[in-house]
Amino acid sequence: MSLVMPAPDPATLAKRAEIVAALRAIVPGEGVIDDIESLRAYESDGLTAYRQPPMVCVLPETVEQVAAILRWCHGNRVKVVPRGAGTSLSGGALPLADGVLLGMARFNRVLDIDYADRVAVVQPGVTNLAITCAVEDAGFYYAPDPSSQIACTIGGNVAENSGGVHCLKYGLTTNNVLGVELVTMEGDVIRLGGRGLEPAGLDLLGVIVGSEGLLGVVTEVTVRILPRPQTAQALLIGFPSVESAGQCVADVIAAGIIPAGMEMMDRAAVHAAEDFVHAGYPLDVEALLIVELDGPVAECGHLSGEVERIALANGAVSVRASVDEAERIAFWAGRKAAFPAAGRLSPDYYCMDGTIPRRRLPHVLNRMNELSGQYGLGVINVFHAGDGNLHPLILYDANQPGQLEAAEAFGADILRLCVEVGGVLTGEHGVGVEKRDLMPVMFSEADLAQQQRVKCAFDPELLLNPGKVFPELHRCAELGRMHIHRGEVPFPDLPRF
Amino acid sequence: MLRPASIGDLCEVIAAGEKLRLRGGGTKDTVGAPCEAQVVDMRSFAGVIDYDPPELVLTVGAGTPLAEIEALVAGEGQMLAFDPFDHARMLGSEGAATIGGIIAAGVAGPARLSRGGVRDHLLGFTAVSGRGEKFVAGAKVVKNVTGYDLPKLMAGSWGRLAALTEVTLKVLPAPRTRRTLIRRGLDAAQAVAAMAYALGTAAEVTAAAHLPDWQGGAVTAIRLDGFTESIAARAAMLPEFEPAEDADALWTAVRDAAPLPLDRPLWRLIVAPGKAPGVISALPHAAWLFDWAGGLIWLATNADPAVIRTAAEAAGGHAMIFRADAAMRAAVPTLHPQPPALAALEARVRRAFDPNGVFETGRF
Repeated sequence: MSLVMPAPDPATLAKRAEIVAALRAIVPGEGVIDDIESLRAYESDGLTAYRQPPMVCVLPETVEQVAAILRWCHGNRVKVVPRGAGTSLSGGALPLADGVLLGMARFNRVLDIDYADRVAVVQPGVTNLAITCAVEDAGFYYAPDPSSQIACTIGGNVAENSGGVHCLKYGLTTNNVLGVELVTMEGDVIRLGGRGLEPAGLDLLGVIVGSEGLLGVVTEVTVRILPRPQTAQALLIGFPSVESAGQCVADVIAAGIIPAGMEMMDRAAVHAAEDFVHAGYPLDVEALLIVELDGPVAECGHLSGEVERIALANGAVSVRASVDEAERIAFWAGRKAAFPAAGRLSPDYYCMDGTIPRRRLPHVLNRMNELSGQYGLGVINVFHAGDGNLHPLILYDANQPGQLEAAEAFGADILRLCVEVGGVLTGEHGVGVEKRDLMPVMFSEADLAQQQRVKCAFDPELLLNPGKVFPELHRCAELGRMHIHRGEVPFPDLPRF
Repeated sequence: MLRPASIGDLCEVIAAGEKLRLRGGGTKDTVGAPCEAQVVDMRSFAGVIDYDPPELVLTVGAGTPLAEIEALVAGEGQMLAFDPFDHARMLGSEGAATIGGIIAAGVAGPARLSRGGVRDHLLGFTAVSGRGEKFVAGAKVVKNVTGYDLPKLMAGSWGRLAALTEVTLKVLPAPRTRRTLIRRGLDAAQAVAAMAYALGTAAEVTAAAHLPDWQGGAVTAIRLDGFTESIAARAAMLPEFEPAEDADALWTAVRDAAPLPLDRPLWRLIVAPGKAPGVISALPHAAWLFDWAGGLIWLATNADPAVIRTAAEAAGGHAMIFRADAAMRAAVPTLHPQPPALAALEARVRRAFDPNGVFETGRF
């Protein structure tokens, strides 16, 4: 594995028994796991290429226990990696050999639902889907719907600022969270936000969401819930070229329509999905769009007519509108099966997550096909077309020597390409360990130093989830001295550690 | 007053270490405690840098006038969805608001209730920190989670972290039609309940406000925005409400807190909407109105600031002085004081951007 994590500290490893005993004094009984076999269950998250059992795992049940664990670890200079359900696709919850894994699964209660203020207050271990389940009888739902929503927790969603197929219209996690209770690495319990729309001071909640577990441990989350739209309708639209599909997306938005979801699949993805689930997708197309409209029945009817007109004007070769809920779900079945369908084409696949300006899509897909030839690895593309978030799936076989490394190099080239055309390394999966070493492609040393100074404000000893997000761990005192004039690092060619 | 013309100049001005007060159009000069700091006029950083309407992204210089941006996006049938507005009328100031000032003050009007605030639409920026260093954060695409979301920190930071030079905003299609519906004669509790009810339906309410005294009586107003074809169907979901006349004047009045008297301090309270009626009960002599379904209370009163802040806290929120004479602004903190652990954390975050306190002018 090409990933280099911070070297384990021998002194910490040597006092493992002492650390386990201290944790047992805080969390009694089954809440501290230290036998090697049981720890293997925690050795990776959704990015399974990287594995490392933690030194010890602790599963607290109360905010007091979380505060006590963090305070003790801070006082004893022990690293901590927080974990929700472990579904991260970027290695955000990858354990450290000399770190405590802080599992939040026992924080699994819905604390309060207030339909008048349209909020739900939940513990961080509640799954994303369980929030919707808790409020759906009253006609409400929680909007962000990452594909792992049946398993992923809201605490993990806060850490990763998770998205989903509906975020063009309804926003990411950050746009749907109103408040959190947070424990800092020093053990302080702090409330940020609440049921009001804006904070009294700086919007620290805004920087906590998406901070990938580096700034604090969330112990309670207040989310906004929305009334379920009256209806939803999907259109399945086939195009003879990626360009015409891309132009259709631009024209839909130019017509003032923000669909609830707008997904694109390339030819390879359409064929893989159709072979797998027989969703009824047209096979003679270069690109397939799924456009979902939601809202009042009258609005959906009007807008689906508009989208169909725009699609035909852009040369669509097939347009089907779902006639009922069963057909709408069938249209989505192929898209939702794209990842497992890739798994049938190849023993392993590697999912990327860059975002690009949509107008650069044809160029990016062409370059990706060239790279595919160069690396000798297949790639299929699914794409959140509305917001330009690409999910290329690189096909490889980990049992073939060199293929994992080739897939990683191919993926890194794709992400460099995304940045080169004006986009970003990650649209919704997070940096984690996966894209950590690519951060300098997108950010200058001055930009990264400013982000790390924010880290230092929350966690000056860099004990919380180290080795994630930032390619180099600058000590906080060193960041204080580093002066970058007019955005230029002095002596830019000198190595820095 | 200093008026740097380039990022290089701005870096030098800030690196010199003098206390600095960042200023756009100066429309909000009277917010915060009076202070002596050197003023830095940011209006040289003006102009449209990139605007491709179907990408839903706009990049402009932070000193660009808000009115210029609104005209530009309106020409493409789009809008800044967080409903920004110029405080010149509310504060009786001269000049024209810039987008940088709007972001720094976190300005969002009635539609913020459903569409989000500045924080939800600022995608990226270039700025010079209190260290005199240029840096960028966020990005120029609508979906991005790469690195910390520093744009969120800039929204509502009142110029205490960094001097914004360039900002990238999400833009959205403007609604084709707006329709306002009202109910008359409700008291504060009934109004909050009626607004909560409407927001809980599938009618997709954009804005909801309550004016206890508007053209001769209490008016509770909700607004439906969108395609003409859908608005009739959505209005039919709310049969208790009747169509309103002269709705634009009503929403402008709500936004500017225009019905409230000018002869006493104006407070801005952000609370849990359901607790808004309790705040009003605790302050019986105040003039007030509700925006954001009760989540924003504009309050004009000479009441003791401590009493106002206690009432706001009891409602799960906080209270900011928005308009007051200089003596009061010098004596009472403009922003609601935070609990000690949070205040200490916030101070560390400010120092992360501004270690020497260049932007700590005493204004906030």
